[in-house]
Amino acid sequence: MAASDTTGAAGREARERAAEYLVSRHRFRWPEALPWLLAIAAFFVFPDRMTFGSQVLIAMMFALSLDLILGYAGIVTLGHAAFFGIGAYTVGLACARLGWTEPVSGLVAAALVAGLIGLISGWFLLRYRGLTLLMLTLATAIMVQETGNLRSDISGGYDGLPGLTFDRLLGLFDYDLYGHTYYLYVLAVLAVVFYFVRRIVYSPFGQALTGIRENVRRMHAIGSPVHRRLVTVYTIAAAIAGVAGALFTQTNAYVTLAVFDFDVSAKVMVMLILGGTGRLYGAFLGAVVYMILEDYFSKMSPAFWQFGIGLLLVLAVLFARRGLLGLFEQAEAYLRKRPKP
Amino acid sequence: MTEALQVQKLNRSFGALPVARDIDLTLERGARRALIGPNGAGKTTLVNLITGVLKPSGGRVLLDGKDITNLSQAERARRGLARTFQINQLFRGLTVLENLAMTIGERDGNCNNLWRAAGAKRAVIDEALDYLEALRIADDALKLVRELPYGRQRLVEIAIALAQKPRVLLLDEPAAGVPSSESHLILDVVASLDPDIAILIIEHDMDVVFRFAKHITVLVQGAVFTEGTPAEIMNNPDVRAVYLGEEGGRRHG
Repeated sequence: MAASDTTGAAGREARERAAEYLVSRHRFRWPEALPWLLAIAAFFVFPDRMTFGSQVLIAMMFALSLDLILGYAGIVTLGHAAFFGIGAYTVGLACARLGWTEPVSGLVAAALVAGLIGLISGWFLLRYRGLTLLMLTLATAIMVQETGNLRSDISGGYDGLPGLTFDRLLGLFDYDLYGHTYYLYVLAVLAVVFYFVRRIVYSPFGQALTGIRENVRRMHAIGSPVHRRLVTVYTIAAAIAGVAGALFTQTNAYVTLAVFDFDVSAKVMVMLILGGTGRLYGAFLGAVVYMILEDYFSKMSPAFWQFGIGLLLVLAVLFARRGLLGLFEQAEAYLRKRPKP
Repeated sequence: MTEALQVQKLNRSFGALPVARDIDLTLERGARRALIGPNGAGKTTLVNLITGVLKPSGGRVLLDGKDITNLSQAERARRGLARTFQINQLFRGLTVLENLAMTIGERDGNCNNLWRAAGAKRAVIDEALDYLEALRIADDALKLVRELPYGRQRLVEIAIALAQKPRVLLLDEPAAGVPSSESHLILDVVASLDPDIAILIIEHDMDVVFRFAKHITVLVQGAVFTEGTPAEIMNNPDVRAVYLGEEGGRRHG
């Protein structure tokens, strides 16, 4: 009896350690405050670049929505721009054609419409995987774009819907020339969206998504309703991309069919891979680095700026397979392993 | 009394090649049955047909007397039919503990929850650790599966199936790919499984088969060749011919 007591104590300790790991995984860690502090600092340090800043925050939100499906669930898509565009056009058309100019309710509408299209298209498409899915999502985005082109009397075609004006935010805050209000507005929406995504990622549902990414055969074998899980997360990601698109329209005060371009889908994927997939903040880092470099390179060399982006991507794929965030993690692991002097 | 699993007149072919021909098989509650046969006899195919990975072209599969032939693989799993794979199918980038916690989460429907933290249910973690302790891999709970030696991964493979709390368990060569110095660990685990679970084991090692199984089904070219107790099978000259013929062919080939 005594012997089993001692092993029991050791076992209990191991148990506590193991349990602590799973329990603490979702807890807030202090480095997580860093991106938010930087975003707030940017507001004070670069007061004249807030229009650009808003675009960076929107790109972060868009990349975050892709991370949910690509990084966590392993859904490879080249048509994510469809949902960004649908969100952008939901508020654009509501404003231009229906006179619906209240911005926050516009975001909700964009999320609902993009989510609904995500639900319907996902229900059909997510029976496929890999290259087939890649082509089907690409085709879907093109079909949505061409539908807009077909009815350019409504959508404004490639000339778009210019000169949209929205109500004052919450009826209180006016928009200024430098986009200060917009920056804070987008940042607040991003924080809310991020909170949702983070909860989902660390939930049992989020765990199941990782399982589908890691081994879909086994997920079927343990009784997981794989298709339902994928459609659910695809719908959520579509809704978030829709919100990002809606913010894009609101901050730019115009929208054209270019929001559906293949470029947009490809760019967001490059951002995510650059930053690191399946770890939330990779989307943030990738979007920031990509947007700043794009801005910098395009001023330096308006004709050949994409060369710089391409080179960066090649370097990332060769030397940072897990993205820029992966590099940081490797450095951290190295420092931790090195014996202290 | 209904049987745990019944396979009735199961048929399936790949193109012109029949891989399952009128297969009948019954597992009573707590059964310990081995499925043996030469390579290419259709043993894994039969497991795939029973679990719903493949659809049969004819015949029925009954679980606890209920027809499950038209149910999805996942639905069959939720009704208590679990399997292990001949080649590991694990969540390699996750820890062993997460592999188990996720299985329990899907079993109990926790994974429908998008809001609660995954580690919030202590009972799930405790249960996961119970399975790991029973299989003596609790020390590896926090290691990534892909960092474990293959033999230990095989145990995780079994642990996941057990965490499904199955009533019927199909073990597809549980010791395959494991060096013989370690395989006894896995076979000990298999021998001490809950006696209420009906088990069908595919295994090549005849020592294991004769020690573990109370009944043996011999499959040859997609059809049941014969079945019986280990003693009957051992003394059946036709079975010996099938096996010796193959062994002989292999040796000279």
